[in-house]
Amino acid sequence: MYQYDKYDQQMVDTRVEEFRDQTRRRLSGELSEEQFRPLRLMNGLYLQLHAYMLRVAVPYGTLSGAQMKALGDIADKYDRGYGHFTTRQNIQYNWIKLEDAPDILADLAKVEMHAIQTSGNCIRNISSDHFAGAAADEVVDPRPYAELLRQWSSFHPEFSYLPRKFKIAVIASDTDRAAMRLHDIGIQIVKNDAGEIGCAFYVGGGMGRTPMVAPCINEFVALDDLITYSEACLRVYNRHGRRDNKYKARIKILVHEMGKDEYTRQVEEEFAHLKSQGIEPPLAELERIKPYFADPAFKTGLSDDIDRSDPDFALWVDRNTIPHKAPGYVSAVISLKPVGGIPGDATADQIRLMGDLATEYSFDECRVMHTQNIVLPHVEKGRLAELFAKLDAYDLAAPNLDTIEDIIACPGLDYCSLANARSIPVAQKISERFASTGKTGELGQLKLKISGCINACGHHHAGHIGILGVDRKGVENYQLLLGGCEAEDTTLGKITGPGFDEDGIVDAVEKATEVYLAKREGEERFLDTYRRIGMEPFKEAIYG
Amino acid sequence: MKILTGNDLKSGDVVWWDGTSWSRHVNDSVDVGDKGDEIIAREEGLRNVFAAYAIEATTDDNGVRPAHIKDRIRALGPTVRPDLTLKPADPTAGNWVI
Repeated sequence: MYQYDKYDQQMVDTRVEEFRDQTRRRLSGELSEEQFRPLRLMNGLYLQLHAYMLRVAVPYGTLSGAQMKALGDIADKYDRGYGHFTTRQNIQYNWIKLEDAPDILADLAKVEMHAIQTSGNCIRNISSDHFAGAAADEVVDPRPYAELLRQWSSFHPEFSYLPRKFKIAVIASDTDRAAMRLHDIGIQIVKNDAGEIGCAFYVGGGMGRTPMVAPCINEFVALDDLITYSEACLRVYNRHGRRDNKYKARIKILVHEMGKDEYTRQVEEEFAHLKSQGIEPPLAELERIKPYFADPAFKTGLSDDIDRSDPDFALWVDRNTIPHKAPGYVSAVISLKPVGGIPGDATADQIRLMGDLATEYSFDECRVMHTQNIVLPHVEKGRLAELFAKLDAYDLAAPNLDTIEDIIACPGLDYCSLANARSIPVAQKISERFASTGKTGELGQLKLKISGCINACGHHHAGHIGILGVDRKGVENYQLLLGGCEAEDTTLGKITGPGFDEDGIVDAVEKATEVYLAKREGEERFLDTYRRIGMEPFKEAIYG
Repeated sequence: MKILTGNDLKSGDVVWWDGTSWSRHVNDSVDVGDKGDEIIAREEGLRNVFAAYAIEATTDDNGVRPAHIKDRIRALGPTVRPDLTLKPADPTAGNWVI
């Protein structure tokens, strides 16, 4: 994985000392809250419902064992013994003290981490495929390109005050595991018929108040133009994006209102101009980055056999391990969704354990998934049983990847100052309901996502089943959506009808699954059946 | 009644105006009537609190009850982690929020 050079380290260290002085001035009264607020937000420090919240960047979700362990130590030393992994492949701490914040950033800097650009109207943490470098179906490992984008976007002066926040995802497979088309820019690294590597650019996607699926504006941008083309896309947005209305300020609105063709025309025009300026970093920089992402020293001659005599272990292997490009290896997914648990939360001990396990079983590497789970990307099949036992001892072995119990849920009204309704209790009740009825396995792949407000941090638009919490005169109400998908065939879910209370939404979800079980044909997933039969049978069952 | 809430500058803790200072407990809140803006301006200037605002509340046998669920959650703590609330010994305390 990437390691800071002296410039990276100096930038992060300098920012820590800068923020330390800003914090001192705030506490002494030299800075008002109005003056300090944008400064703390530039360092990922929010005010949430109960306290300050710190969001830490995890570029493309990749962490070393030491970094993961440091996150656990921070949870113990400065928070209340846990952290929350988010859909942005980041981690958040919910109970931070302002006077501790500079020290936390200093501790992060010691392990080449920071919280820069995890807030504000800038280019946020670059996300990517959590199986990058391990997946058999990728054209190349997308992370060197994500890293190049990270370096380009960090502290980019022209893009530090965009109309709104800006999110970029990079993948390199036809299978989309990063919700690429629901980002402001989605970049798919592709190979053309001539065998050349390039980038397809999808621009103007996103969820939130006005969900949109990004259209492809260019099917093949030469790799040598990755940064220049990205700069052109941003520059047109920065020029025309609305600053008078924050609800219409995202690039998806611009692309929609300007029209894809006109937006693309202006990007191409800007691209031609920028080409003459020579802003693209030299390929030598990409070549410098690439070796950090070289394959680890996979063993050869490993057996593919797994002893499946323990049914609990066999179930976990079936559900939570993913085929790997190297014979004898798998990617193992650590579920942060125990039955009745809080999706994405992990205790300090669990975080440290995952760091240790990354070191011991996965070439010192782990990944944060946008689905709020953790991946050990390179695990020998022959060592899975001992890994499973260690995970099970720490309540980290829930066998539920991509099932109805593997729920994405934003922090909701239990933590978030923007939320209108609680998300976590609904997730807890749904996972408990399906665990108790024993239907989880029968339902197969079923992605359920819950947001506590219209900002859609829980990706409810993209859930096969989505739930949106709203405020009805001070009372929580939950709308049900069906048919969303964040994969390569991205679609946006549709609302079934009137909302429900907390228990009613759990019943409604179960009724929707009963329709699926009654109507499915062959190997259809819930989503496939919905797409075939449409909304009506579900509405009839839910609203009767 | 109208009560004041905000966050302690150093710790970020949710606090409530008790008439002379800021308490962690909503039941210490006092009715500020139309004095809210004046108190907030003074207290924020002294850096005793930040992000302060006035809310509607009622009182009953259980004490002071903010009108909106968001402020009731702020007063108690996350309903999904009773151990992190101001009433960790009472796992049913979350019922007060609903």
